[in-house]
Amino acid sequence: MPLGAYLALAALVFAIGLFGVLTRRNAVGILLGIELMLNAVNINLVAFGRFHADLAGVMFTLFTIAITVAEVAVGLAIVIVIFRVRRTVDADHLDLLRG
Amino acid sequence: MTPRVGSATLALLVLGLPFASFLLLAVVRPLRRSAPAAAAVSIAAIAGSLVTALLTMSGAAPLAAQQSPSTTWSWIPADGGPMATVGVMVDDLAMTMLLLVTLVSFLVQVYSWAYLHDEPRTSLGRYYAYHSLFAFSMLGLVLAPTFLQMFIFWELVGLCSYLLIGYWYERPSAARAAVKAFWITKLGDLGLVAGIVMLWSATGTFDFWTLFQMASLGSLPVEALPLIMFLIYLGAVGKSAQFPLHVWLPDAMEGPTPVSALIHAATMVTAGVFLVTRAFPLFRLTPDLLTLIAWVGAFTALLAASMACVEIDIKRVLAYSTVSQLGYMMAAAGAAAPEAGFLHLIAHGVFKALLFLGAGVVIHVFHTNDLFRMGGVRGSPWIWLPFVVGTLALSGVWPLPGFFTKEAILAGVLDARLLVPFAMLSVAAFLTAFYMFRVVCLAFFARPHHAGHAHPRVPGLMNGVCWVLGALTLAMGLQQAFFSGHHEISGPGWLPGFSLALAGGGILLAWAMYQRRAIDPARVARALGPIEWMARRRYGLDGLFAGLYRGVLLAFARLIGWLDRYLVDGVVNVLSAWTLRAGDRVRRLQTGQPQDYVYGVALGTLLLFVLAQWGLR
Repeated sequence: MPLGAYLALAALVFAIGLFGVLTRRNAVGILLGIELMLNAVNINLVAFGRFHADLAGVMFTLFTIAITVAEVAVGLAIVIVIFRVRRTVDADHLDLLRG
Repeated sequence: MTPRVGSATLALLVLGLPFASFLLLAVVRPLRRSAPAAAAVSIAAIAGSLVTALLTMSGAAPLAAQQSPSTTWSWIPADGGPMATVGVMVDDLAMTMLLLVTLVSFLVQVYSWAYLHDEPRTSLGRYYAYHSLFAFSMLGLVLAPTFLQMFIFWELVGLCSYLLIGYWYERPSAARAAVKAFWITKLGDLGLVAGIVMLWSATGTFDFWTLFQMASLGSLPVEALPLIMFLIYLGAVGKSAQFPLHVWLPDAMEGPTPVSALIHAATMVTAGVFLVTRAFPLFRLTPDLLTLIAWVGAFTALLAASMACVEIDIKRVLAYSTVSQLGYMMAAAGAAAPEAGFLHLIAHGVFKALLFLGAGVVIHVFHTNDLFRMGGVRGSPWIWLPFVVGTLALSGVWPLPGFFTKEAILAGVLDARLLVPFAMLSVAAFLTAFYMFRVVCLAFFARPHHAGHAHPRVPGLMNGVCWVLGALTLAMGLQQAFFSGHHEISGPGWLPGFSLALAGGGILLAWAMYQRRAIDPARVARALGPIEWMARRRYGLDGLFAGLYRGVLLAFARLIGWLDRYLVDGVVNVLSAWTLRAGDRVRRLQTGQPQDYVYGVALGTLLLFVLAQWGLR
């Protein structure tokens, strides 16, 4: 399969993830969107690694997956703590930084 | 007389002692709060200065030709030599003034101790601190070798004058008089500072000696000189109370009487005359200005003498008399006879201090300044004798110093062919004798208005100082009469008789009007009509200045205030309101929603892509 197909898939997944981050009101949904965007990046890395016959892309992807796992763990923990304190995870109500 | 130069070290010591005393009194609070200690420090310092001044005078060495009498150190460093120098100029003029200033300061400070004995102890320390500062400033002014240094000390004596006039600052009239004196002299000082700066930009130096050398070599820029010297003269007009800036001096009598004796009679007010005498080699190059100085001086002498004749406050009579005598000195300088004016300055310094301190005794005895509520102490000659000696000296009676110096001035004015000023000065001399004996007759010899002053008590210290000054006056006169063989200016042969006749006429008239009551003063006043009416109202000059102040200065201040309040403040307020409103708008961008920020990031990235692809070719 040509490289363009992988890149198109990655762009599609990234756009879906971004759409999710922007439109979801639920904090968990936003986190899911972020996961999708990160995976789009992973697809790109693997595709380019394969295309250039360079193992660096695969290596990077392994690191990204590991970091993503950690990120999700911390992110979900924060969401749970917020839920305990505020009894909600609706993003509309989490606006302490409003000017 | 060959010019002489004194030791700079001694001169610095003369200057340093009162300054040390001032610092001590200003910094050490317990010393200042305890009156006897403060007075002792101040009097000891000025006594040391007096002795040192005497040593300076006696140890003076002859000055070689082309040798500078100044010792200077560089002050403001600049490329190619210092911009200004400081130092001392210990020539004959300065040494004579040193002696006068330290002597009168010393006597006045001693006298003040008795005169202000009933003052609160705590404020007396302040009084002596001011006195020490004044002595330092005046001595510095006298010793200044450059215009710049002189100007600094010039302002310092003005400050001391302000502080001491307002010594009783809780009294509104004293506070107002202090401010008035400060304002009016500042008016003249504006001219002085402008003149000094212009002189510097024209010649590149402040130094008197360098300027005198340039003047004698004829290398001064003559075309700019008249304006410069006129501006410098304006400073002297303010300080030495010349018409029309004389209005502050009579009001300055609100201060304690010893202050009037020291600052407003003997020393500070003569600073203007001293300035003109000091800078005379420069004034000599502007003959038209000299003529103006002579006219203004003579007119001041006459005007002030006429006002003194109708004044009923003994201190104000003496104040007008001071203005009048300052006019005399200025007229002498204007007639190119500054040495006559300077001699009169020295003699006047001694006997006018005597008169003021004598007036202090009178005020102490009668508890009033009003001449018509005094009298009846003919039986106590120890009170009136020194005052009468001073009065005779001021009137110009042989063999007292006023006679010789006044004659020298009249001769100088006549020599310069200034006939109208000569006439004005002659009338002023007549009036001087008249108003001074009016004071003597009313204050001492007139029938008492109420009994109870048969045996007035005066502190011995006060009377002692008066007697010392009286003896000094007499000694100066006798010295000039018998031991000073030569006269630099000799007038025509009829002049001594003429001036004696003027003095005698004035004395006789006053005696007839106020002692014998042979002539009714009211009838004389009616005969003089408008002049008397004007003199009583001080020729409207005080009113004119007050009107100018209120009408012009306050209106201007109000206009500026309005502009500031509504125009400047308005612009600032509008700007700040706009800033606030804009900030409020921008604030709304910060919603606190992370998703909105992500929108911004995404849109920005997209924009960058678009620009990278199509925008930036």
